[in-house]
Amino acid sequence: MTIPRILADQVVEGQTLPALSYEVTATTVVLGALATRDWRPMHHDKDFAVNRNGTQDIFLNTPNQAAWFERYLTDFTGPHGRLGRITFRMKGSIFPGDTMVFSGDVTGTETDDAGCAWANLALTLSVNGDTKTTAAARVALPTTIDDNPWHRRGDAWRP
Amino acid sequence: MSSGLTPLPENLVLALEQHQGDPVAAAATMIDIPLYRSAGEFPVEQGYIWTSLSSTENGNPLFWDPAVANELTDGPIAPPSMISVWFRPHNWAPGRAEVALPLQVHFDLKTLFGLPEAVMTDNTITFHEPVRPGDLLTTHQVLRSVSEPKTTKLGSGRFWVIEVIYENQRGDLVGVESYTGFGYKREAAS
Repeated sequence: MTIPRILADQVVEGQTLPALSYEVTATTVVLGALATRDWRPMHHDKDFAVNRNGTQDIFLNTPNQAAWFERYLTDFTGPHGRLGRITFRMKGSIFPGDTMVFSGDVTGTETDDAGCAWANLALTLSVNGDTKTTAAARVALPTTIDDNPWHRRGDAWRP
Repeated sequence: MSSGLTPLPENLVLALEQHQGDPVAAAATMIDIPLYRSAGEFPVEQGYIWTSLSSTENGNPLFWDPAVANELTDGPIAPPSMISVWFRPHNWAPGRAEVALPLQVHFDLKTLFGLPEAVMTDNTITFHEPVRPGDLLTTHQVLRSVSEPKTTKLGSGRFWVIEVIYENQRGDLVGVESYTGFGYKREAAS
């Protein structure tokens, strides 16, 4: 079987990832909350979100944003890409009616002492050009056609 | 309307008494101490994996094609970003009087400082051993820091950093999640 993949030497600092655009609906928000078992009302109850949280509507929850960022990253890397670490900071909320746009750049590449190749990426989730969430991700990539980051264990895996 | 605050656990009630009602000193007794050790209420399950992938329209064949999963990860795994999903309690369960809350330290701090609203501002997740369907994970929470009082556009309150450490049934570290929360009171309308 040939599984599509991107190798570490095909990723360079300054490289820009293709943007991902998605129309957010109430279903997006509620499905994301339920998929992450987040029952808190600000993610499904507009009255609560507006009158208790002071936001304009229900909004995308944190764990589902993590899932969106993972999807965006592995759209780029293919299934061999193994997420090691992600940090994200929310600056604003994502509401139904928003068109959210994911974008990203490779900020650096490295090979650690265990021989694992990494790409570091700066990611942005924006709506109408306004940054809503920023993220920094570290993803392991195969160095050769025979390398598989998923097989790294213990000290060979240093995320 | 409720206060948005949950009852303080006994250890914090005692800490408050020992520190003459000083919430900063009471919070300091929690720092770097493993708290709320617990096991997930259910094993990692394939159905939830597909629901999550559906919510983000994630077509990664690693999670949909058993042949790809066998080749890359020796069988199916969960998307790493789902790590916290396996600990979020049921909204209701027989015999439980109140809804159990994930990230209980966060809610303890809201109550301790009398801050009815809160948001999460930063979140870092570090991924280790892959999580697989059938795994039963355990977790504990560690409070790392509490800030001085701060005022933001949301209101006045404090930031805090909480780590959640996840392990599988074999004791392997599967992930560490670090949250920065901001508990606050909304400013009164002028």
